[in-house]
Amino acid sequence: MKIPLFIFMGMVLYGFFLILAFTGSWLAPNDPLLIQMSERLQPPSFTYPLGTDHLGRCILSRIMAGTHTTLGLSTAVIVAVAVIGVPIGFLSGYKGGRIDAWLMRVADGAGALPEFLVAVAVAGFLGPGLWNVLLAIACVKWIAYARIVRGVVQTEREKEYVLASIVSGSSGWTIIRRHLLRQAASPLAILVAGDIGRTILLLSALSYLGLGAQPPAPEWGAMLNDGRPYFQAAPALMLYPGLCILLVVLACNMVSDGLRDTLDVRSKQRGIEI
Amino acid sequence: MLTQWLTRFVQLVIVLLFLSVVTFVLLKLAPGDPVLAIIRASDGALSQADQEVVRESLGLSRPLYEQYGSWLLHVVQLDWGQSLTSNREVWDILIERLPATVYLALGAIVVLIVIAFPLGVLAATYHNKAPDALSRMIALLGASVPSFWLGLILIYVFAYQLNWLPTLGSGSLRHLVLPSLTLGFVMAPEYIRLLRAGLLETFSHDYIKAARARGISEWRIMFRHAIRAALLPIVAVSGISLGALLAGSVVTESIFGWPGLGSMAIEAIRLRDYPVVQGYVMFCGVCFIAANWLSDAGTAALDPRIRMRKGRRV
Repeated sequence: MKIPLFIFMGMVLYGFFLILAFTGSWLAPNDPLLIQMSERLQPPSFTYPLGTDHLGRCILSRIMAGTHTTLGLSTAVIVAVAVIGVPIGFLSGYKGGRIDAWLMRVADGAGALPEFLVAVAVAGFLGPGLWNVLLAIACVKWIAYARIVRGVVQTEREKEYVLASIVSGSSGWTIIRRHLLRQAASPLAILVAGDIGRTILLLSALSYLGLGAQPPAPEWGAMLNDGRPYFQAAPALMLYPGLCILLVVLACNMVSDGLRDTLDVRSKQRGIEI
Repeated sequence: MLTQWLTRFVQLVIVLLFLSVVTFVLLKLAPGDPVLAIIRASDGALSQADQEVVRESLGLSRPLYEQYGSWLLHVVQLDWGQSLTSNREVWDILIERLPATVYLALGAIVVLIVIAFPLGVLAATYHNKAPDALSRMIALLGASVPSFWLGLILIYVFAYQLNWLPTLGSGSLRHLVLPSLTLGFVMAPEYIRLLRAGLLETFSHDYIKAARARGISEWRIMFRHAIRAALLPIVAVSGISLGALLAGSVVTESIFGWPGLGSMAIEAIRLRDYPVVQGYVMFCGVCFIAANWLSDAGTAALDPRIRMRKGRRV
């Protein structure tokens, strides 16, 4: 029973940050955007629990407000991408033939480059910004979802329970909903959990480089970038946002890893626990 | 065999063409007028009529597909234009930056092997025991830590506090230590997991059981039989990593001021130096695709099952 505990811990940690993403802006003790040069680089105090940054802004408030950007947007992108990729996978796998061939060629082309490079290219040509970068990530990410679903559909479609369902007159939609979606759920859940973590890392890295969120928006990666020139004197500026990224990505990876242990049908069939 | 290679080659060409179209479209969508950029770069003040002449000479008044054709012709001949900021050939800049990126990649690969190999082997040997859990924790941590944060922490601890290593720049082996550690550590988890899974699967095969039954030492089984089989998925993934490494891990290079391709790309993006950005994207795209192709070939060479299979991989 130790593995569900692993997932549980990850879920609790992720849930904590997710709640913070929705409530952070209200709960924040100070205005995350308020610049007060007289209060710059203050040590932690009662008013500023984690101190202030180089522009006198409350670090805790900025972290809380930044949860919305970093975690909220990453989660939203992955959910959106899954919503796009999964039906394409069903279409491709279930219909087969020419549609399948075309869709997979498109996926080959779009997936030929790593998402980081695509994001850098888009930011480089169209200008830095969160939306450009998110669009670039979405253009590459859907492929994994379509591929997984397509694979599941192709193997399951020939099995007898599906054939029986077809013979007894179920519509394609029913078969997808009742049988195929269930089979695809496990690998999809593992992928979604891992992808949210990876997207948070990617998004914050791009913001750190100045290609994602633009100042003065509170975003964890961008906060690290802001604190960079001062980090010898004030390591807190980069310590806390980085720690938040680490924790929230760790939560996603714990869930993904735990799910892989408990759900992954493929590894169970081979008689090994991965 | 031959048709299989031909199919792969045709696929490669299609992917490259796709890359070129994407780059070209992005270049066209980029904000700002290239004519004005050229005028700005040469500090000139040109009249409307002169601007038209420049536009004509750049071929910007021709239809898009013609522009793409002549652009592609230049790209294939490695004539990638000049940097808008330094007036140097983009290709020369790329070649100048490449060695630093290659050194960093080699350093990261060394770190990666030193971390991933023992941890993967330990985890599989002591499956579900303490070393397995420890290796899993390290893998989880490596997969979760943001590389830019790790890099900054390493600089803070080893360069500022302990004063053991230089903070920024390049030039000596000592400069290479922290960037390689950063890059190697965040890349290791995937390999730890693959090696562990591969070894565990191999252990379940009959030939390993037979070897054990014959009394061959565990050590010998591991290094003569199991590792070889477990390396297959690793070769398959290494292509992707190799491409990513050559693309110059943009983040690591920019943290450590490492003068490779990645930091060049970031500078070019900041200065809106589109020809350099384009050169970087093309160069990395080709590296990435080539590395993937190589790892496919490597997997095929190592695995007779794939070598003999008809048709192409999906």
